[in-house]
Amino acid sequence: MSELVISDLRATVDGKDILKGVTLTVRSGEVHAVMGPNGSGKSTLSNVLMGKPGYVVTGGAVTLDGVDLLAMATWERAQAGLYLAMQYPVEVPGISVKDVLAEAYAASDRDRQLVPSLMATEANLIGFEREFLDRPLNVDLSGGEKKRNETVQMAVLGPKIAILDELDSGLDVDALRAVSRRIELATTEGFSGGERLGVLAITHYNRLLEELHPDVVHIFANGQILESGGPEIATRLEETGYAAWVEEEEQTAPTAAARPVVDDPFFSDGLL
Amino acid sequence: MSTDLSTDSFSSAVADSLDGPAWLRERRHAAAEDAAQMAFPSTDSEEWRYSRIGDLDLEQFEMIPAPDADAAHTTSEIPLAVTEFIQELGQLGGSVLVYNGRIVSTQLSDELLQQGVVFGAVPEDATPKGAAEVLGAVMHEAPDLFGAYNDAFGADPVVLDVPRNLVIDLPLAVVFYVDVADSITFPRLSVRGGENSQFSFIEASLSADVPAVVAPVTEVVVGNAARVSHSALQDVGPQVWQVGTFLAEVGQDATLDAALAAIGGSYARLRMDCRLVGRGASGNLSSAYFGDDHQMLDLRTFQEHQAADTTSKLLFKGAVADNSHSVYTGLIRIKPDARGSNAYQTNRNLKLSDTAWAESVPNLEIENNDVHCSHASTVGPVDEEQRFYVESRGVPSLVAERLIVAGFFDEVLDHFAVPALASVARDRVNKILDSHVGALLTSDSALLADASNESA
Ligand SMILES: Nc1ncnc2c1ncn2[C@@H]1O[C@H](COP(=O)(O)OP(=O)(O)O)[C@@H](O)[C@H]1O
Ligand SMILES: [Mg+2]
Repeated sequence: MSELVISDLRATVDGKDILKGVTLTVRSGEVHAVMGPNGSGKSTLSNVLMGKPGYVVTGGAVTLDGVDLLAMATWERAQAGLYLAMQYPVEVPGISVKDVLAEAYAASDRDRQLVPSLMATEANLIGFEREFLDRPLNVDLSGGEKKRNETVQMAVLGPKIAILDELDSGLDVDALRAVSRRIELATTEGFSGGERLGVLAITHYNRLLEELHPDVVHIFANGQILESGGPEIATRLEETGYAAWVEEEEQTAPTAAARPVVDDPFFSDGLL
Repeated sequence: MSTDLSTDSFSSAVADSLDGPAWLRERRHAAAEDAAQMAFPSTDSEEWRYSRIGDLDLEQFEMIPAPDADAAHTTSEIPLAVTEFIQELGQLGGSVLVYNGRIVSTQLSDELLQQGVVFGAVPEDATPKGAAEVLGAVMHEAPDLFGAYNDAFGADPVVLDVPRNLVIDLPLAVVFYVDVADSITFPRLSVRGGENSQFSFIEASLSADVPAVVAPVTEVVVGNAARVSHSALQDVGPQVWQVGTFLAEVGQDATLDAALAAIGGSYARLRMDCRLVGRGASGNLSSAYFGDDHQMLDLRTFQEHQAADTTSKLLFKGAVADNSHSVYTGLIRIKPDARGSNAYQTNRNLKLSDTAWAESVPNLEIENNDVHCSHASTVGPVDEEQRFYVESRGVPSLVAERLIVAGFFDEVLDHFAVPALASVARDRVNKILDSHVGALLTSDSALLADASNESA
């Protein structure tokens, strides 16, 4: 059983406070959805978790299976079992996906020879054209192709916890379904017989949730989780929009270090 | 720096002492006299700005005497480095090896010989339409003293003359190699592609790890409607100074593709002039250059559009590591008759260390406004977003950097007409990258060890 524990995480970008105390635990097999308006800090959370340069952690802690993630380099976090499917995958000219995954395998003493066939299998599962596997990373790929590429890489790397930052954007209905099925399978069976995948899915649409069936939905605004609960929260959100939460926050803030209203079957009281 | 250039070492008497056919000897003599009138380059002039030319004392280098006639070169004498290099190139239509300034081996398939290809030393009895015309066909006038010296003191110029309409499938290769310490040599390669011909040639400049100066001149005439590809590798030893010139003239509807991988040398300079002289001519220039240690790579390009509807595309990509420097200056010159021309120039530089330095100076000189020109130039470290992306997949930082740099060069290496040469260049780039990754890994673990000592 793996566990990503984020406690009271605070971070700044360009000297601006963006994350204002995020507390969240994701365990193997769980699917958590983080929903929040544009600019609320969702991608910042995912970037901070992965150690992107330019994001400064000013407080709190993040551990994966008890190990301090924040002290690690980005690649070490990945090797420790964290994966980030980026909202905007970067184009890297001259390097193929295969090269990157082969190096990642080599760095963890896995047989790099396994990469090509695994990639081919995973690409087939979600309808990603195999010709892209040899082409430069993300170069000239459409938005949807990039997201499928992120999914293939995740499946080949086989992480313990995956952060999916707006994985749904750019995917058409069929592709979203295929990608969701793949992720769901990983949450129930793990990658190639390994531990079940824990998922932190960031989105601002319901579309992904309908496919992914999250166990917990977190409403995220202004750098904080305002409320956590079951899928019914997403339904409420659908009806009222974020206005309800954001207003609520404006009324109750500035004093309280807004502790999330927890209705989370997976939350252990000890953490709170 | 001595400016007295009429010294004994570079006098017309020295030029006269070189052997060869009478016409060549006369040519050398005249060039030596011209050279005596020319000044040693100075960084005061724009074309030599940023260069290290002021540090070069030619008096410390000597020309290599002709080998003993009795002990004529045999193939067994050819250094292993050269034989191995040739093997890496795969199947060739012909090859010429120039060792310490002298041609030691010439090979040309019987078929090409019968088809009228001239490849190797200049012939004794040069006919007016023959090789004598190819030598100097583009460099009528040396752009600098080193070019003039090449005319005056080049012991064994190599000529490649391809008849009109001939299409050659296999590449032809010329390899220059030097292993005499404190020597100065003047490699010369003069190429003419006859009208509507098509071929590809390789030029490699290599050396042992000795202090030496090489001052090569390569000139290429691309006849009307001809398609000529040049793939060059400069990988001389780390103590070698190279001051080179490449000149091309491209005729009507003809295309020249020239690709250069510049890796070696202490100071290695190449000036490239691509003159589009016939209507509809195209010139594509590409280069991958990679400096490390205290090296300086110095590249000057001139895309000169003389005729209408001509196109030039230039893509130069460089990386500088350690304390190395690179200079790229590029001029797009549109002459008054060059209406309807397109000129593109892109120079990108990766700075791989804080102490490395890359200069990039694009320039335009436009005398006809009915043209399209664009230039782009960048100098910067490895892109942080790219690095983060690759590392986020679990690739260690230094391996990620190595992948990104290799990928950066890939675009240019794809422009090499001879894939074998591209892969040789790729191997050499990777070798430098590996040595840096290795060095950085050790220094990193040393740092970690230091840190743990402190905390202990
Ligand atoms: N690299 C960055 N540089 C400057 N500002 C940033 C950067 N990343 C995020 N921000 C700022 O942080 C805030 C949150 O952005 P982001 O995390 O991308 O939101 P979301 O993903 O929820 O849309 C925004 O105000 C954005 O402008
Ligand atoms: Mg975002």
